[in-house]
Amino acid sequence: MSMGHSDLIEVCGLNSYYDSRQVLFDIRFGIPDKRITVIMGVSGCGKTTLLRHLIGLKRTGPGQIMVDGRDLGKFNEEGMRVYRRRIGVLFQSGALFNSMTVAENIAVPLKVHTRLPDETIQIMALIKLNCLGLAEFGAYMPSQLSGGMRKRAGLARALAMDPEILFVDEPSSGLDPITAAGLDLLLLELRETLGMTIIVVTHELESAFRISDRLVVMDRGRILAVGSPDEIRESQDGRVLQFLKREADTVKVNATGYLSRILGNETIRSAR
Amino acid sequence: MTPLVQSLGAFVLDQLAYLGRMGLFLVYVVRGIIRPPAKFLAVVKQIHFIGTKSFFVIGFTAAFTGMVLGLQGYYTLSKFGSEGLLGSGVALSLIRELGPVLTALMVTGRAGSAMCAEIGIMRIDDQIDALECMAIDPFAYLITPKLLACLICLPLLTAFCDVVGIYGGYVIGVDLLGVSPGAYLEGVEHSVVWKDVYMGIAKSLCFAVLMIWICTYKGFYAGVDIGNFGPEEVSQATTDAVVLSSVAILAGDYIVTSILL
Repeated sequence: MSMGHSDLIEVCGLNSYYDSRQVLFDIRFGIPDKRITVIMGVSGCGKTTLLRHLIGLKRTGPGQIMVDGRDLGKFNEEGMRVYRRRIGVLFQSGALFNSMTVAENIAVPLKVHTRLPDETIQIMALIKLNCLGLAEFGAYMPSQLSGGMRKRAGLARALAMDPEILFVDEPSSGLDPITAAGLDLLLLELRETLGMTIIVVTHELESAFRISDRLVVMDRGRILAVGSPDEIRESQDGRVLQFLKREADTVKVNATGYLSRILGNETIRSAR
Repeated sequence: MTPLVQSLGAFVLDQLAYLGRMGLFLVYVVRGIIRPPAKFLAVVKQIHFIGTKSFFVIGFTAAFTGMVLGLQGYYTLSKFGSEGLLGSGVALSLIRELGPVLTALMVTGRAGSAMCAEIGIMRIDDQIDALECMAIDPFAYLITPKLLACLICLPLLTAFCDVVGIYGGYVIGVDLLGVSPGAYLEGVEHSVVWKDVYMGIAKSLCFAVLMIWICTYKGFYAGVDIGNFGPEEVSQATTDAVVLSSVAILAGDYIVTSILL
């Protein structure tokens, strides 16, 4: 699929295993440069495993991940170090270091990879925090932040070295809709202003369609479809339709179950 | 018969893989000494955690051990009318054997378990993965400062343990049981030679490496063997770390003693 941007990363026939259990089957898709690619699927479909392959944390299994035409699986230690200097990763939990303040967390990569004086590093950390609306929380410990703030702080750390490629794992999980939408806007802004290549892994349909330039739909370790949001929405592929419907049904069932518990079944039935 | 052979083969291969991973872990940690990032502040922080905070625990342990040695030594020596050798007995027991072993065991219980739990929590919370993704060597960043700090702290804590223990023996032997202070101190001075001190230092350095190696390894790979990461795996790893470190220290004590004796 041509979108006017070449593919920065290409996944070619990737298979993955946990012990003898296969979790990814012949994964093939491209990640376009300076665009947002969303890998979407229900929980347990292998999205995070795929992400771990893309960031080089899981390297076994047949298949290739080509970065700039070079096989990521064959990178030596130095090659992997250079690749990781180009990427930023926001983990689902934020993965902030609990023994450091938020500002110190953001300063970690700057302290390790640059020879900047401490004062400059502090200013740079504050700038990142300010961009993410956390300027006054620099002295806080991660445990003192809400879930959304931890995610934003984790994102600030991921952006500390101004990466070329940003990987984001489940940005909206555990967040209220307003905070989740705010994070989505932030990702769009990063793409627009900095021309960053962003790869998002999520199970949230709404968020996926809102931010993606390219959607990769996964189910049970396999790719169901790859395309633009419009292409996916208009897809006549039965499996994709079933996936989209099932996602919608899951939301409906969860919402109805929740409302039943707090309001009682009679109220729900009368509302219908 | 075939399933039994298969199980045995699988077990042996698993153990070999485990030992190989442990060996590589130590290589990466030692290699971290010469790799970035700079470790001065991190080492100072770890010295505070491993050394300063263990000071009182080691002091109490050493004092009571010295006092018990004073009591038991006096009881045994008085049977032969050799109470004057009490100072020699207490000093040599502590400097050659009990000082390094007790210090290492107490530091394992206090700091080793905490290090294992800290690193295990970092593992299950993706913090170690985050370090790798920031192109930071997690061995050099997390473990090497602990190793260096322990190599500095443990011999010093052992020396402290020896001194306090000898004084504990003095209090009981001289002040309580009436041994001549001159005889006690002269016994210490004349019986302890450089080789005894050297053996104690060598042991404490070996124990420092063993403790850091085992405790941090267990935390670093908490749950990896069973492919499940959670609080239960961290608590199991911490228990394993303390038990295995303690056994390794005692076994290592025998080996070092037999080599240096």
